[in-house]
Amino acid sequence: MKKKLYFLLLSFAILLLPSLNPLLFSEPSSLVLKHQHNFDWPSSEDFLRIISLRDYNTRIVLLGTMLFGFASGMIGVFVTLRKRALVGDAVSHASLPGVVIAFIFMVSLGGTGKFLPGLLAGALISSFIGVGVILLVRNYTRLHEDAALGIVLSVFFGFGVALLGITQKMKEGNSAGLDSFIYGKTASMLISDAWLILVSAFVVLILSVMFFKEFTILCFDEEYTLARGWSVFGLDLMMMFLTVGVTVVGLQAVGLILVVALLIIPPISARFWTSNLKKMFLISSCLGAISGILGAAVSALVPKLPAGALIVLVCGILFLVSLLFGSESGMFIQLYRNLRFQYRILIQNLLRSMYEIANSKQSFKEDDLKSFMIDYEELFNFRSWKKMSLMIAVEVSKFKNLVIKTKKGLIFTKSGYLESVRIFRNHHLWELYLLNYAGVGLGHVDHFVDDIEHIIESKILEELGEEQRS
Amino acid sequence: MEWTVLDFWIVSAGILASLSCALLGNFLILKRMSMMGDAISHSVLPGLAIAFFLTSSKASFSMFLGAAVLGVVTSILTQWIHKHGNVDQGASMGVVFTILFAIGLVLIVQAADSVDLDPGCVLYGAVEYIALDMITFVDFEIPRAIVVLSLVFLLNSCFVLLFFKELRITTFDTQYATSLGFNSDLMHYALMGLIAITVVAAFESVGSIIVIAMLIVPGATAYLLTDRLSLMIFLSMFFAILSAVLGHFSAVYFPPFFGFPDTNTSGMMATLSGVIFFVVVIVSPRYGLFSSLLNKMVTRFRVVQEDVLSIIFRSEEENSLGATKEHILLYFIHHPLWLSIAMKFLEFNKKINRRGNVYVLTAIGNSESITLMRSHRLWESYLSTEIQAPHSHFHDTADRLEHIHDADIQETLDLEGRDSEFDPSGKKIPPESED
Amino acid sequence: MFKLKKNNPEKFSFHMDEHPSDIPIAVHDLTVSYNRKPVLWDVDLNIPKGKLVAIVGPNGAGKSTLLKSILHLIPIASGAVKIYGRTFKKNKHLIGYVPQRESVDWSFPVNALDTVVMGMYRKIGWCLPVLRRHKEFAMECLRRVGMEDFYNRQISQLSGGQQQRVFIARALAERAEIFLMDEPFAGVDARTERAIVTLLKEISSSGKTVLAVHHDLNTVREYFDHVILLNLRIIDSGSPDFVLTEENLRRTYGGRLTLLDKAATALSNLDRE
Repeated sequence: MKKKLYFLLLSFAILLLPSLNPLLFSEPSSLVLKHQHNFDWPSSEDFLRIISLRDYNTRIVLLGTMLFGFASGMIGVFVTLRKRALVGDAVSHASLPGVVIAFIFMVSLGGTGKFLPGLLAGALISSFIGVGVILLVRNYTRLHEDAALGIVLSVFFGFGVALLGITQKMKEGNSAGLDSFIYGKTASMLISDAWLILVSAFVVLILSVMFFKEFTILCFDEEYTLARGWSVFGLDLMMMFLTVGVTVVGLQAVGLILVVALLIIPPISARFWTSNLKKMFLISSCLGAISGILGAAVSALVPKLPAGALIVLVCGILFLVSLLFGSESGMFIQLYRNLRFQYRILIQNLLRSMYEIANSKQSFKEDDLKSFMIDYEELFNFRSWKKMSLMIAVEVSKFKNLVIKTKKGLIFTKSGYLESVRIFRNHHLWELYLLNYAGVGLGHVDHFVDDIEHIIESKILEELGEEQRS
Repeated sequence: MEWTVLDFWIVSAGILASLSCALLGNFLILKRMSMMGDAISHSVLPGLAIAFFLTSSKASFSMFLGAAVLGVVTSILTQWIHKHGNVDQGASMGVVFTILFAIGLVLIVQAADSVDLDPGCVLYGAVEYIALDMITFVDFEIPRAIVVLSLVFLLNSCFVLLFFKELRITTFDTQYATSLGFNSDLMHYALMGLIAITVVAAFESVGSIIVIAMLIVPGATAYLLTDRLSLMIFLSMFFAILSAVLGHFSAVYFPPFFGFPDTNTSGMMATLSGVIFFVVVIVSPRYGLFSSLLNKMVTRFRVVQEDVLSIIFRSEEENSLGATKEHILLYFIHHPLWLSIAMKFLEFNKKINRRGNVYVLTAIGNSESITLMRSHRLWESYLSTEIQAPHSHFHDTADRLEHIHDADIQETLDLEGRDSEFDPSGKKIPPESED
Repeated sequence: MFKLKKNNPEKFSFHMDEHPSDIPIAVHDLTVSYNRKPVLWDVDLNIPKGKLVAIVGPNGAGKSTLLKSILHLIPIASGAVKIYGRTFKKNKHLIGYVPQRESVDWSFPVNALDTVVMGMYRKIGWCLPVLRRHKEFAMECLRRVGMEDFYNRQISQLSGGQQQRVFIARALAERAEIFLMDEPFAGVDARTERAIVTLLKEISSSGKTVLAVHHDLNTVREYFDHVILLNLRIIDSGSPDFVLTEENLRRTYGGRLTLLDKAATALSNLDRE
């Protein structure tokens, strides 16, 4: 009864909302429609200029974003494996007040406030304070990590925005470029800025290669790392430093809202291609670099669109491709493995049923397979088949040359019969195994990795067979 | 600066937005999915943009619908990638919301050609211009944003009130709730959809920063103060109102105080919620740093006093004279600073007396230390029967245990040791006191 | 009423006549607390060399806690742990740790060989790369546990017993003298369990010490040659034939000690009154 009441109330509310539409959402007069002008595509001349890297500025910017993508893809592997993906998000948001305070500070000293290393230093410091606050909230209050991240992200960012509001009304200094830190703007990059990015990205790159071993073990098993005498805190701090470093470097290219994407998406995408850490490292860095360079190139062509969004979009497309076609755990390969496994089971069931039927009949002789036919009807009744799956099983077995299909029934081929003998024997042995060693463990073999099953199967079965003989 | 009607509207908008968010945010905190609020507030952007393209108006029913759909889609996609891609929850959330936000940004920049809808506005909103867009309601001129926000607040409160029971159980134990027949997924997606709607309602007036902050911070602040869900919700609403009001005030008055121009309200509201959180972290009576520090000090002080009593008692047992301060210091395991305070206090409470430079126990002090000593030696005996280790070990443990004054435990201990006369090292266990 | 046990002098005499540097693990008066709530009370233990030692006790008895406090993974409230007579810090390289299955991230992108090589990271040192000879040694360790055919397999694609063997190989690669294993037989079928025990017996017969948390009382006698009965405190330790008496088992498994339990809770609440 009550449920119906709720439902009625809800649907009533939903129905009413559109009728409120004209009252509430009438086109406000203050919103003046701007001039409509069409989106202009870059001319082929521009296109060529960018592609051929003719001007020095483009070259440097592309190199800078590429290196940034490379470095973030690299350190991102560790960040995601350490399950700290969202820490990157909180940390990048936490950099805003630092940037603005650095700006105000530099203006009050009498400069223009647009000195990039100074701004980035501010970002670095405030990001680190953010990390500290996250740790404090997590360790000294009853709140969990997610809340700690959320609090730092929103409060720091809110504070940054409030400070930004101050600078926009300040008489001294021109704060016009500051919001490019939020959404990223590669076009505003000076050559000196690009060099700075280049150098920092390089440092990050070298350090993460140098500490590859230590970071790996830290991400794999924190407890073990501690037990073996490494300082987990020190390693974490170093990793955090590199993460914050990359994030800050990427602020100008991607902007602080989306910079975390370059930390997360490339490694996640790479994981779909490989389960080897080194390869994952390589693939992730390459994906990051490709996103950086393509995104920046498009943004150079269409300067109106925010660079960060473009870089992340390229990254997202690469993710989608990896998700679908990844050779290790992409959706298609999973589907394929699953199907193959199902087929195998179907065929095994079919052959085993055929074997059991055949051996229960006296007319069946092993050396004359051709003259013995098993009716579909009998087969169908022998096991609780679904019609569809029986049909598939028959078709696939025929294709694999295990059976000969006739109108009324099925006939074993030579190889099909041998296979059915093997399957029957295995089945029998497995039953024995379960009887003798009724334990768990069997289920631990991942189904879709069916090759393994065979190795294990054959080894154990050999032993079992011997046991039975003796 | 004077308090104008504009200020009133700004604060009201802030309060309404904060309340709508804080209501829902409590459940995010308890579900340990606080970052979902951040994710959704980013990922509604393409929904807005698409709805805008379709209807080419800035605030419409379709926009709310688009946002709600995107909110649910974000949640579903996150779950899907988490499950099928074998990716950890945080990372899959990060993947989904950044990509969606990027798409939204590109779309919105396209849209910005035809209508004033720029990315900056999405972030900080334009609460200062709220009065430019009024509608007539009955006989009053009310800013449109206020009406929209009120409706959203109404919707959210209805949701929380009507489904309080369901929300509580699905938040507390999803699997148990499902086994009882509550549809946890449905509740979850409804919550996500409402969050998305709230984001849209808030974004053009107060900006999405407020949404992110108010979803998380008031709830987290309230969580530090109470263990009851209903109280937590009320407290979070209180903190939401407080941060909205104080936020606006400080936006107007605070920067000029330092010689800077005033700033936008939404950023300051988020900041103030953080300040309130910080204050509560320190002073919260139950889980605050200050109170736990205070409790620790009080307990420590009691332990110190009791230690002093038992040192004097032991010394009297040995030489029946009492103890000098130097003698006490010899056995004193805490910082010497504690000692002088404790002695003053004990003297004041007439538990010890000073004779020359020797301290002796008074009658009160004596009976108290006998109880302590009895407890200590009973513990030693008890431990030595239960634990296989050299008896010398138990002294330290018993030293800590003797400070437990729980009546129930004491009774059990007395019962267990009622026939023992000596502790394992052969010292006499004082008999139970008369009273 | 207390039954005052006579202080048995023999029980603790090895402090005198055995040189401390011969004892792989000596735990002295160890008390471990979580949030001031003691979970191990006054543990006093000597683990004999070259033996397969089991820590046995009910759920929540502090078995894993004991292992972790030996490894200094959790802070020790009071007491000391000595590894071959020296502090943990100085001799930690002698300890190989095989963690509980649940604590490992199985989807982590490493194969069996890489996992074993991790055991040598400490020895290789900061910033230096893994060389071919390290890999060869790791391969040798895999061979010793009979896992050489699977070296290139991602760890989640191994069965439970195989995973366990890879981690034993990692401890071998550390050239550990003492193997600490947290529930090595969890999620492993009976047959594999026996194979692992054979492997462990091989290891301990070469003079190495194995200390494992074990659950199954039925197999303790068969698998191990030294047993520690634990339930918040040590009930008894020694050869299984002497230790596994009915009286001891009743004391270990016969429910919680209400007084000790209450006292622990009261201690953790001391400053919240």
